[in-house]
Amino acid sequence: MAKIIGGLTTSHIPAIGNAIARNKQDDPYWKGFFAGYPPVQKWLDKHKPDVAVVIYNDHGLNFFLDKMPTFAIGAAHEYHNADEGWGLPTMAPYTGDAALSWHIIERMVEDEFDITSCQEILVDHGFTVPMQLFWPDRGPHMPRVIPVSANTVQHPIPTIKRCLDFGKSLGRAIESWPEDIKVVVLGTGGLSHQLDGERAGHINKKFDLMCMDKIVTDPEALTKISRHELIREAGSQGSEFIMWMMMRGALSAKVKKIHQNYSIPISNTGAGTMILENVD
Amino acid sequence: MEDNQNRLDHHADIEGTTLFDGKMAMKGYALNKMCFSFNGGAAREEYRADPEAYFNKFNLNDEQKAACRNKNVLEMIAAGGNVYYLAKFAGIYGLNMQDIGAQQTGLTLEEFRAKLQRAGE
Repeated sequence: MAKIIGGLTTSHIPAIGNAIARNKQDDPYWKGFFAGYPPVQKWLDKHKPDVAVVIYNDHGLNFFLDKMPTFAIGAAHEYHNADEGWGLPTMAPYTGDAALSWHIIERMVEDEFDITSCQEILVDHGFTVPMQLFWPDRGPHMPRVIPVSANTVQHPIPTIKRCLDFGKSLGRAIESWPEDIKVVVLGTGGLSHQLDGERAGHINKKFDLMCMDKIVTDPEALTKISRHELIREAGSQGSEFIMWMMMRGALSAKVKKIHQNYSIPISNTGAGTMILENVD
Repeated sequence: MEDNQNRLDHHADIEGTTLFDGKMAMKGYALNKMCFSFNGGAAREEYRADPEAYFNKFNLNDEQKAACRNKNVLEMIAAGGNVYYLAKFAGIYGLNMQDIGAQQTGLTLEEFRAKLQRAGE
């Protein structure tokens, strides 16, 4: 049977992709941030997951306001990146696992989560930046991928409780897959940041650190946070924390924190990186 | 009618923050649709060649056109713009998220960066 080995978190801001493209990893501004990734790469090299389920939010590359799915799951053999409007170089395609995607969709809909299935979905920086950070060389052990996109663009966004429950259902669906494969689940985005309005530049270190603590020890406690409270504390785009909650739900009730890094500010953002290992 | 308008308002009172809800999504639909089109390089070229014609192509209203002409992000948000789509508009003018952060807060880029740095301490 498929086994979830653990979850990883990371911010996915486009500035990180730019820093990678310009080899700025050792630049004083970036050094502390990039220092958070070799332990993750080492962990991945040790466990060699076959599949990565990558939970992110589309930022207006694939989805527009004409149709905005709350939860969408990729069900393609291959996923393409594309120009997001800035004319940056695009990434080579990522190999999917369509059979597992459809199994997850079948099981989750049976479990009463109404999923938008996507046989074509362009993946933006929310997806590609984490892949670049965790698998910089795209070597022979590069996992197959399943993108999962949550709506953080337009309110109403899903509640934090719903996101944790989504993750639980996702986890059950993955672990009911009969193949003996190892799966890692990525929760990307966040942490606190606000790009728009007079409050642009709002970041909240205390709140971020509280979230990084509670997501390990007591994720249920975080479901008490309302969406408006999340935005008040973490900023408009701090709502991306819901993807971390989706990841957390897919893990075992108890997890072991293997690694944590936090850099603030990275661009306009509090950037958090974690490895959470499943405990049997 | 008044009641219906109120029912549409899922506003949250968060200082300096406009919640992009259904009401704003309807208000800003044309503006955001134009910005969404800028994912394509050909669309960006078409816009650069004649911004006014491009505004009309997407049926922007006067408020939206004026905000775009002024390249004023707060005005674009007031006109229904969503920052994820506006980022593509900003890109045409070579403005990144820190540039627009500075613009919206009335700070210089250096002052805005210093503000972020302080918040992280």
